[in-house]
Amino acid sequence: MRALEWEIVGFTVGMAVLSTVLILPFGVGLAWLLARKSWRGKTLVETLVALPLVMPPVATGLILLKLMGRKGPIGSFFHDAFDLDLVFTWRAVVVAMAVMSFPLLVRGARIAFEAVNPRLEQVAATLGASPMRVFLTITFPLAVRGMIAGSVLAFARALGEFGATIMVAGNLPGKTTTLSVSIYSNIQIGHDTEAFWMLAVAVTLAFTAVWWSEWLFKKGHLTP
Amino acid sequence: MKLGFHNARMRVGEFTLELDLTITREVTAFFGPSGSGKTLTLELIAGLRRLDEGEITLEGVLFDSPAKRIFVPPRHRAMGYVPQDLALFPHLSVQQNLEYGRKAEIGAARRVDFDKLCRLLEIERLLDRRPDFLSGGEKQRVALARALLASPHLLLLDEPLASLDQSLKAKILPYLQRVREAFAIPLIYVSHSPEEVMTLCEDVIGLRAGQEVARGKPGEIFEPSPTQVYRLRGGS
Repeated sequence: MRALEWEIVGFTVGMAVLSTVLILPFGVGLAWLLARKSWRGKTLVETLVALPLVMPPVATGLILLKLMGRKGPIGSFFHDAFDLDLVFTWRAVVVAMAVMSFPLLVRGARIAFEAVNPRLEQVAATLGASPMRVFLTITFPLAVRGMIAGSVLAFARALGEFGATIMVAGNLPGKTTTLSVSIYSNIQIGHDTEAFWMLAVAVTLAFTAVWWSEWLFKKGHLTP
Repeated sequence: MKLGFHNARMRVGEFTLELDLTITREVTAFFGPSGSGKTLTLELIAGLRRLDEGEITLEGVLFDSPAKRIFVPPRHRAMGYVPQDLALFPHLSVQQNLEYGRKAEIGAARRVDFDKLCRLLEIERLLDRRPDFLSGGEKQRVALARALLASPHLLLLDEPLASLDQSLKAKILPYLQRVREAFAIPLIYVSHSPEEVMTLCEDVIGLRAGQEVARGKPGEIFEPSPTQVYRLRGGS
Protein backbone atom coordinates (compact mmCIF):
# COMPACT_ATOMS: atom_id res chain seq x y z
CA MET A 1 0.00 0.00 0.00
CA ARG A 2 1.24 3.46 -0.87
CA ALA A 3 1.30 6.51 1.35
CA LEU A 4 -1.92 7.79 -0.22
CA GLU A 5 -3.80 4.63 0.75
CA TRP A 6 -2.55 4.81 4.32
CA GLU A 7 -3.54 8.44 4.42
CA ILE A 8 -7.06 7.48 3.33
CA VAL A 9 -7.23 4.78 6.04
CA GLY A 10 -6.08 7.28 8.66
CA PHE A 11 -8.56 9.89 7.45
CA THR A 12 -11.44 7.41 7.50
CA VAL A 13 -10.64 6.17 11.02
CA GLY A 14 -10.27 9.75 12.24
CA MET A 15 -13.59 10.84 10.76
CA ALA A 16 -15.34 7.73 12.15
CA VAL A 17 -13.94 8.41 15.63
CA LEU A 18 -15.02 12.04 15.43
CA SER A 19 -18.54 11.16 14.27
CA THR A 20 -18.92 8.55 17.03
CA VAL A 21 -17.73 10.98 19.71
CA LEU A 22 -20.13 13.64 18.41
CA ILE A 23 -23.20 11.41 18.43
CA LEU A 24 -22.38 9.75 21.76
CA PRO A 25 -24.04 12.24 24.14
CA PHE A 26 -27.13 12.62 21.94
CA GLY A 27 -27.41 8.89 21.30
CA VAL A 28 -27.07 7.97 24.98
CA GLY A 29 -29.50 10.69 26.03
CA LEU A 30 -32.09 9.64 23.46
CA ALA A 31 -31.61 5.96 24.29
CA TRP A 32 -32.30 6.70 27.96
CA LEU A 33 -35.44 8.67 27.09
CA LEU A 34 -36.65 5.83 24.87
CA ALA A 35 -35.88 3.16 27.45
CA ARG A 36 -37.16 4.85 30.60
CA LYS A 37 -39.74 7.49 29.76
CA SER A 38 -42.99 7.61 27.85
CA TRP A 39 -43.67 10.82 25.99
CA ARG A 40 -45.68 12.24 23.17
CA GLY A 41 -44.15 11.67 19.75
CA LYS A 42 -41.94 8.84 20.96
CA THR A 43 -42.94 6.48 18.15
CA LEU A 44 -42.27 9.16 15.56
CA VAL A 45 -38.79 9.80 16.95
CA GLU A 46 -38.09 6.05 17.10
CA THR A 47 -39.08 5.73 13.45
CA LEU A 48 -37.06 8.73 12.32
CA VAL A 49 -33.97 7.50 14.12
CA ALA A 50 -34.25 4.01 12.63
CA LEU A 51 -34.91 5.31 9.12
CA PRO A 52 -31.26 5.49 7.96
CA LEU A 53 -30.96 1.77 8.75
CA VAL A 54 -33.56 0.83 6.17
CA MET A 55 -33.51 3.66 3.62
CA PRO A 56 -31.09 3.41 0.69
CA PRO A 57 -27.95 5.20 1.96
CA VAL A 58 -27.81 7.11 -1.30
CA ALA A 59 -31.32 8.45 -0.61
CA THR A 60 -30.26 9.56 2.87
CA GLY A 61 -27.24 11.14 1.22
CA LEU A 62 -29.42 13.03 -1.22
CA ILE A 63 -31.55 14.39 1.63
CA LEU A 64 -28.39 15.49 3.44
CA LEU A 65 -27.08 17.07 0.24
CA LYS A 66 -30.26 19.13 -0.10
CA LEU A 67 -30.16 20.16 3.56
CA MET A 68 -26.45 20.96 3.71
CA GLY A 69 -25.91 22.50 0.28
CA ARG A 70 -25.43 26.27 0.09
CA LYS A 71 -29.10 26.68 -0.76
CA GLY A 72 -30.30 24.20 1.87
CA PRO A 73 -31.48 25.40 5.29
CA ILE A 74 -28.49 24.01 7.21
CA GLY A 75 -25.91 24.74 4.53
CA SER A 76 -26.99 28.35 4.01
CA PHE A 77 -26.98 28.96 7.77
CA PHE A 78 -23.38 27.72 8.14
CA HIS A 79 -22.32 29.64 5.04
CA ASP A 80 -23.85 32.93 6.18
CA ALA A 81 -23.05 32.67 9.87
CA PHE A 82 -19.57 31.10 9.84
CA ASP A 83 -18.52 31.29 6.19
CA LEU A 84 -18.27 27.49 6.26
CA ASP A 85 -19.05 25.11 3.45
CA LEU A 86 -20.33 21.69 4.40
CA VAL A 87 -20.84 19.63 1.26
CA PHE A 88 -17.78 18.13 -0.43
CA THR A 89 -15.66 18.77 2.68
CA TRP A 90 -14.57 16.53 5.55
CA ARG A 91 -17.48 17.97 7.55
CA ALA A 92 -19.92 16.32 5.17
CA VAL A 93 -18.07 13.03 5.69
CA VAL A 94 -18.58 13.33 9.45
CA VAL A 95 -22.26 14.23 9.10
CA ALA A 96 -22.92 11.34 6.69
CA MET A 97 -21.18 8.90 9.05
CA ALA A 98 -22.99 10.32 12.09
CA VAL A 99 -26.45 10.06 10.54
CA MET A 100 -25.87 6.56 9.24
CA SER A 101 -24.41 5.17 12.47
CA PHE A 102 -26.68 6.99 14.95
CA PRO A 103 -29.42 4.28 14.87
CA LEU A 104 -26.93 1.59 15.86
CA LEU A 105 -25.67 3.60 18.81
CA VAL A 106 -29.20 4.39 20.02
CA ARG A 107 -30.25 0.77 19.61
CA GLY A 108 -27.27 -0.57 21.56
CA ALA A 109 -27.54 1.98 24.34
CA ARG A 110 -31.30 1.51 24.61
CA ILE A 111 -30.96 -2.26 25.01
CA ALA A 112 -28.32 -1.61 27.65
CA PHE A 113 -30.59 0.74 29.60
CA GLU A 114 -33.57 -1.60 29.30
CA ALA A 115 -31.49 -4.42 30.71
CA VAL A 116 -31.02 -2.51 33.97
CA ASN A 117 -33.66 -3.68 36.46
CA PRO A 118 -35.84 -0.63 37.25
CA ARG A 119 -36.19 -1.96 40.81
CA LEU A 120 -32.57 -1.02 41.43
CA GLU A 121 -33.31 2.55 40.43
CA GLN A 122 -36.45 2.61 42.56
CA VAL A 123 -34.64 1.32 45.63
CA ALA A 124 -31.85 3.85 45.09
CA ALA A 125 -34.51 6.58 45.07
CA THR A 126 -36.05 5.31 48.32
CA LEU A 127 -32.54 5.45 49.79
CA GLY A 128 -32.54 9.18 49.15
CA ALA A 129 -30.72 9.39 45.81
CA SER A 130 -31.62 12.19 43.40
CA PRO A 131 -32.48 11.20 39.81
CA MET A 132 -28.99 12.38 38.76
CA ARG A 133 -27.30 10.28 41.43
CA VAL A 134 -29.43 7.26 40.49
CA PHE A 135 -28.33 7.65 36.87
CA LEU A 136 -24.66 8.14 37.66
CA THR A 137 -24.28 5.45 40.33
CA ILE A 138 -26.76 2.78 39.22
CA THR A 139 -28.08 3.09 35.67
CA PHE A 140 -24.91 4.26 33.95
CA PRO A 141 -22.42 1.80 35.49
CA LEU A 142 -24.77 -1.10 34.82
CA ALA A 143 -25.37 -0.05 31.21
CA VAL A 144 -21.90 1.18 30.33
CA ARG A 145 -20.70 -1.97 28.63
CA GLY A 146 -23.74 -2.07 26.40
CA MET A 147 -23.19 1.59 25.56
CA ILE A 148 -19.57 0.96 24.63
CA ALA A 149 -20.68 -2.00 22.53
CA GLY A 150 -23.22 0.20 20.74
CA SER A 151 -20.58 2.88 20.15
CA VAL A 152 -18.15 0.36 18.72
CA LEU A 153 -20.83 -0.88 16.36
CA ALA A 154 -21.67 2.69 15.36
CA PHE A 155 -17.96 3.33 14.79
CA ALA A 156 -17.72 0.26 12.57
CA ARG A 157 -20.74 1.39 10.59
CA ALA A 158 -19.22 4.85 10.17
CA LEU A 159 -15.98 3.29 8.97
CA GLY A 160 -17.75 1.48 6.15
CA GLU A 161 -20.10 4.30 5.15
CA PHE A 162 -20.32 4.67 1.38
CA GLY A 163 -23.68 5.68 -0.12
CA ALA A 164 -24.45 8.80 1.87
CA THR A 165 -20.79 9.86 1.93
CA ILE A 166 -20.36 9.78 -1.82
CA MET A 167 -23.49 11.91 -2.24
CA VAL A 168 -22.56 14.69 0.20
CA ALA A 169 -18.78 14.53 0.24
CA GLY A 170 -17.90 13.13 -3.17
CA ASN A 171 -14.55 11.56 -3.97
CA LEU A 172 -11.83 14.16 -3.60
CA PRO A 173 -8.58 12.26 -2.89
CA GLY A 174 -6.79 13.66 0.12
CA LYS A 175 -9.86 15.71 1.04
CA THR A 176 -12.99 13.58 1.30
CA THR A 177 -12.13 10.13 -0.02
CA THR A 178 -12.86 7.42 2.53
CA LEU A 179 -11.89 3.78 2.66
CA SER A 180 -15.05 2.47 1.01
CA VAL A 181 -15.11 5.16 -1.65
CA SER A 182 -11.48 4.42 -2.41
CA ILE A 183 -12.15 0.69 -2.81
CA TYR A 184 -14.87 1.53 -5.31
CA SER A 185 -12.88 4.06 -7.29
CA ASN A 186 -9.75 1.87 -7.37
CA ILE A 187 -11.77 -0.96 -8.88
CA GLN A 188 -13.33 1.48 -11.36
CA ILE A 189 -9.96 2.56 -12.69
CA GLY A 190 -8.47 -0.94 -12.66
CA HIS A 191 -6.21 -0.55 -9.59
CA ASP A 192 -7.23 -3.94 -8.28
CA THR A 193 -4.19 -4.46 -6.02
CA GLU A 194 -4.80 -1.19 -4.15
CA ALA A 195 -8.49 -2.04 -3.89
CA PHE A 196 -7.72 -5.45 -2.36
CA TRP A 197 -5.29 -3.98 0.16
CA MET A 198 -7.95 -1.49 1.22
CA LEU A 199 -10.43 -4.35 1.37
CA ALA A 200 -8.11 -6.25 3.74
CA VAL A 201 -7.87 -3.20 6.00
CA ALA A 202 -11.64 -2.70 5.94
CA VAL A 203 -12.34 -6.34 6.81
CA THR A 204 -9.80 -6.31 9.64
CA LEU A 205 -11.19 -3.12 11.17
CA ALA A 206 -14.81 -4.27 10.89
CA PHE A 207 -14.07 -7.72 12.24
CA THR A 208 -12.19 -6.35 15.24
CA ALA A 209 -14.89 -3.81 16.06
CA VAL A 210 -17.80 -6.25 15.82
CA TRP A 211 -15.91 -8.93 17.75
CA TRP A 212 -15.20 -6.53 20.57
CA SER A 213 -18.76 -5.24 20.57
CA GLU A 214 -20.18 -8.79 20.79
CA TRP A 215 -17.77 -9.61 23.58
CA LEU A 216 -18.85 -6.54 25.55
CA PHE A 217 -22.55 -7.33 25.07
CA LYS A 218 -22.04 -10.87 26.33
CA LYS A 219 -20.05 -9.79 29.36
CA GLY A 220 -23.06 -7.88 30.60
CA HIS A 221 -22.67 -5.41 33.45
CA LEU A 222 -19.38 -4.32 34.97
CA THR A 223 -18.13 -6.84 37.46
CA PRO A 224 -14.42 -7.31 37.85
CA MET B 1 -46.43 6.38 64.13
CA LYS B 2 -49.51 7.26 62.17
CA LEU B 3 -49.85 6.38 58.51
CA GLY B 4 -53.15 7.09 56.82
CA PHE B 5 -54.82 6.12 53.58
CA HIS B 6 -57.84 8.39 53.11
CA ASN B 7 -60.30 7.29 50.43
CA ALA B 8 -57.25 6.26 48.46
CA ARG B 9 -57.80 4.77 45.03
CA MET B 10 -55.43 3.57 42.38
CA ARG B 11 -56.13 1.72 39.17
CA VAL B 12 -53.66 -0.49 37.33
CA GLY B 13 -55.29 -1.88 34.21
CA GLU B 14 -58.36 -3.81 35.37
CA PHE B 15 -57.27 -3.85 39.00
CA THR B 16 -58.42 -1.22 41.48
CA LEU B 17 -56.95 -0.75 44.93
CA GLU B 18 -59.20 1.07 47.40
CA LEU B 19 -58.01 1.76 50.91
CA ASP B 20 -59.33 3.85 53.76
CA LEU B 21 -57.44 3.02 56.92
CA THR B 22 -54.97 4.25 59.51
CA ILE B 23 -51.94 2.35 60.74
CA THR B 24 -50.65 3.15 64.21
CA ARG B 25 -49.04 -0.05 65.45
CA GLU B 26 -45.31 -0.64 65.43
CA VAL B 27 -45.63 -3.80 63.39
CA THR B 28 -48.41 -4.10 60.86
CA ALA B 29 -48.94 -6.72 58.20
CA PHE B 30 -50.79 -6.60 54.93
CA PHE B 31 -51.93 -10.14 54.41
CA GLY B 32 -53.60 -11.69 51.40
CA PRO B 33 -53.24 -13.90 48.35
CA SER B 34 -51.14 -12.81 45.42
CA GLY B 35 -52.92 -10.22 43.32
CA SER B 36 -54.67 -8.73 46.34
CA GLY B 37 -52.77 -5.43 46.14
CA LYS B 38 -50.22 -5.87 48.94
CA THR B 39 -47.17 -4.92 46.92
CA LEU B 40 -49.00 -1.98 45.32
CA THR B 41 -49.82 -0.72 48.81
CA LEU B 42 -46.14 -0.78 49.80
CA GLU B 43 -45.16 0.93 46.55
CA LEU B 44 -47.69 3.67 47.24
CA ILE B 45 -46.24 4.21 50.71
CA ALA B 46 -42.70 4.31 49.29
CA GLY B 47 -43.76 6.78 46.60
CA LEU B 48 -42.98 4.46 43.70
CA ARG B 49 -46.55 4.82 42.47
CA ARG B 50 -49.07 7.62 42.61
CA LEU B 51 -52.67 7.60 43.75
CA ASP B 52 -55.46 8.42 41.33
CA GLU B 53 -57.68 9.75 44.12
CA GLY B 54 -57.57 10.31 47.86
CA GLU B 55 -54.61 10.96 50.15
CA ILE B 56 -51.72 9.31 51.92
CA THR B 57 -50.37 10.95 55.06
CA LEU B 58 -47.57 10.15 57.49
CA GLU B 59 -47.70 11.83 60.90
CA GLY B 60 -50.17 14.31 59.44
CA VAL B 61 -47.87 15.26 56.54
CA LEU B 62 -49.37 14.86 53.07
CA PHE B 63 -47.32 12.47 50.98
CA ASP B 64 -49.66 12.04 48.04
CA SER B 65 -52.77 13.96 47.12
CA PRO B 66 -53.71 14.26 43.44
CA ALA B 67 -56.51 16.70 44.31
CA LYS B 68 -54.06 19.09 46.02
CA ARG B 69 -51.33 18.32 43.50
CA ILE B 70 -48.99 17.13 46.20
CA PHE B 71 -46.60 14.28 45.67
CA VAL B 72 -43.52 13.73 47.81
CA PRO B 73 -40.97 11.80 45.70
CA PRO B 74 -39.44 8.62 47.14
CA ARG B 75 -36.11 10.24 47.90
CA HIS B 76 -37.73 12.64 50.36
CA ARG B 77 -39.96 10.10 52.10
CA ALA B 78 -37.34 8.26 54.12
CA MET B 79 -38.93 4.86 53.71
CA GLY B 80 -36.80 1.78 54.13
CA TYR B 81 -38.14 -0.25 51.24
CA VAL B 82 -37.05 -3.86 50.80
CA PRO B 83 -38.65 -5.30 47.65
CA GLN B 84 -39.29 -8.98 47.21
CA ASP B 85 -36.36 -9.38 44.83
CA LEU B 86 -34.20 -7.35 47.28
CA ALA B 87 -32.60 -5.34 44.45
CA LEU B 88 -29.09 -5.32 45.85
CA PHE B 89 -26.85 -3.26 43.56
CA PRO B 90 -24.91 -5.99 41.71
CA HIS B 91 -21.95 -3.79 40.75
CA LEU B 92 -21.30 -2.60 44.31
CA SER B 93 -19.79 -4.45 47.25
CA VAL B 94 -21.89 -5.18 50.32
CA GLN B 95 -20.19 -2.26 52.08
CA GLN B 96 -21.03 0.11 49.21
CA ASN B 97 -24.60 -1.21 49.13
CA LEU B 98 -24.93 -0.51 52.82
CA GLU B 99 -23.48 2.97 52.54
CA TYR B 100 -25.65 3.96 49.59
CA GLY B 101 -28.49 5.27 51.71
CA ARG B 102 -26.28 6.65 54.45
CA LYS B 103 -24.78 9.24 52.12
CA ALA B 104 -28.13 10.83 51.45
CA GLU B 105 -28.90 11.15 55.18
CA ILE B 106 -32.60 11.47 54.59
CA GLY B 107 -33.81 10.45 58.00
CA ALA B 108 -30.99 12.16 59.87
CA ALA B 109 -33.11 12.42 62.99
CA ARG B 110 -32.58 8.80 63.94
CA ARG B 111 -29.15 7.45 63.22
CA VAL B 112 -28.64 3.73 62.96
CA ASP B 113 -25.16 2.72 64.00
CA PHE B 114 -23.32 0.92 61.18
CA ASP B 115 -21.17 -1.40 63.28
CA LYS B 116 -23.93 -2.23 65.69
CA LEU B 117 -26.30 -3.16 62.89
CA CYS B 118 -23.71 -5.28 61.08
CA ARG B 119 -23.03 -7.17 64.31
CA LEU B 120 -26.70 -7.62 64.96
CA LEU B 121 -27.39 -9.02 61.50
CA GLU B 122 -24.07 -10.91 61.43
CA ILE B 123 -22.92 -9.47 58.14
CA GLU B 124 -19.57 -7.98 59.24
CA ARG B 125 -17.64 -10.67 57.38
CA LEU B 126 -19.47 -10.03 54.13
CA LEU B 127 -18.62 -6.38 53.60
CA ASP B 128 -16.07 -6.90 50.79
CA ARG B 129 -18.19 -9.32 48.80
CA ARG B 130 -20.43 -8.66 45.85
CA PRO B 131 -24.13 -9.58 46.13
CA ASP B 132 -23.68 -12.39 43.59
CA PHE B 133 -21.48 -14.20 46.09
CA LEU B 134 -23.96 -14.14 48.96
CA SER B 135 -26.39 -16.86 50.00
CA GLY B 136 -30.13 -16.18 50.01
CA GLY B 137 -30.24 -15.50 53.73
CA GLU B 138 -27.18 -13.25 53.58
CA LYS B 139 -28.69 -11.21 50.75
CA GLN B 140 -31.85 -10.83 52.81
CA ARG B 141 -29.92 -9.47 55.80
CA VAL B 142 -27.84 -7.11 53.66
CA ALA B 143 -30.98 -5.70 52.00
CA LEU B 144 -32.54 -5.21 55.41
CA ALA B 145 -29.41 -3.50 56.72
CA ARG B 146 -29.19 -1.22 53.67
CA ALA B 147 -32.75 -0.03 54.22
CA LEU B 148 -32.16 0.49 57.95
CA LEU B 149 -28.94 2.46 57.50
CA ALA B 150 -30.83 5.24 55.74
CA SER B 151 -32.55 5.74 59.11
CA PRO B 152 -36.03 5.49 57.68
CA HIS B 153 -39.28 6.58 59.32
CA LEU B 154 -40.74 3.23 58.37
CA LEU B 155 -39.46 -0.11 57.21
CA LEU B 156 -41.44 -1.62 54.33
CA LEU B 157 -40.81 -5.32 53.78
CA ASP B 158 -42.32 -7.05 50.77
CA GLU B 159 -42.54 -10.80 51.39
CA PRO B 160 -39.07 -10.78 52.94
CA LEU B 161 -39.07 -14.51 53.58
CA ALA B 162 -41.00 -15.77 50.57
CA SER B 163 -37.93 -16.78 48.58
CA LEU B 164 -36.31 -18.64 51.46
CA ASP B 165 -36.75 -22.29 52.44
CA GLN B 166 -38.22 -23.26 55.81
CA SER B 167 -34.95 -23.58 57.73
CA LEU B 168 -33.72 -20.18 56.50
CA LYS B 169 -37.03 -18.55 57.35
CA ALA B 170 -36.65 -19.74 60.90
CA LYS B 171 -33.23 -18.11 60.98
CA ILE B 172 -34.26 -14.74 59.55
CA LEU B 173 -37.30 -14.19 61.73
CA PRO B 174 -35.20 -13.70 64.89
CA TYR B 175 -33.10 -11.10 63.05
CA LEU B 176 -36.24 -9.17 62.20
CA GLN B 177 -37.32 -9.29 65.82
CA ARG B 178 -33.88 -8.14 66.98
CA VAL B 179 -33.96 -5.21 64.55
CA ARG B 180 -37.39 -4.25 65.79
CA GLU B 181 -36.28 -4.24 69.39
CA ALA B 182 -32.95 -2.52 68.80
CA PHE B 183 -33.99 0.34 66.56
CA ALA B 184 -37.66 0.90 67.27
CA ILE B 185 -38.42 1.63 63.63
CA PRO B 186 -42.03 0.85 62.76
CA LEU B 187 -42.44 -1.93 60.33
CA ILE B 188 -44.97 -2.70 57.61
CA TYR B 189 -44.84 -6.21 56.43
CA VAL B 190 -46.41 -7.83 53.40
CA SER B 191 -46.96 -11.56 53.45
CA HIS B 192 -49.16 -14.40 52.38
CA SER B 193 -47.91 -16.60 55.20
CA PRO B 194 -50.03 -16.54 58.39
CA GLU B 195 -47.18 -18.14 60.37
CA GLU B 196 -44.86 -15.20 59.73
CA VAL B 197 -47.58 -12.72 60.48
CA MET B 198 -48.44 -14.51 63.75
CA THR B 199 -44.81 -14.41 64.86
CA LEU B 200 -44.12 -10.76 64.12
CA CYS B 201 -47.16 -8.58 63.89
CA GLU B 202 -49.51 -6.78 66.22
CA ASP B 203 -51.98 -5.64 63.62
CA VAL B 204 -53.05 -7.43 60.46
CA ILE B 205 -54.92 -6.01 57.51
CA GLY B 206 -56.44 -8.68 55.28
CA LEU B 207 -56.58 -7.70 51.62
CA ARG B 208 -58.48 -9.32 48.81
CA ALA B 209 -58.88 -7.97 45.28
CA GLY B 210 -57.71 -4.52 46.31
CA GLN B 211 -60.08 -4.18 49.28
CA GLU B 212 -59.65 -4.47 53.03
CA VAL B 213 -61.58 -7.59 54.10
CA ALA B 214 -60.34 -8.10 57.66
CA ARG B 215 -58.54 -6.17 60.36
CA GLY B 216 -57.32 -7.03 63.83
CA LYS B 217 -54.74 -8.84 65.94
CA PRO B 218 -53.42 -12.03 64.34
CA GLY B 219 -55.16 -14.13 66.97
CA GLU B 220 -58.45 -12.47 66.19
CA ILE B 221 -58.49 -12.67 62.44
CA PHE B 222 -56.92 -16.04 61.82
CA GLU B 223 -58.53 -19.35 62.55
CA PRO B 224 -56.66 -22.62 62.27
CA SER B 225 -58.37 -24.86 59.75
CA PRO B 226 -58.51 -28.64 60.11
CA THR B 227 -55.62 -28.91 57.65
CA GLN B 228 -53.45 -26.82 59.99
CA VAL B 229 -53.48 -23.95 57.52
CA TYR B 230 -54.50 -20.63 58.99
CA ARG B 231 -57.24 -18.79 57.21
CA LEU B 232 -58.83 -15.42 57.57
CA ARG B 233 -61.82 -15.74 59.93
CA GLY B 234 -64.97 -15.69 57.88
CA GLY B 235 -62.91 -15.82 54.70
CA SER B 236 -63.35 -18.26 51.90
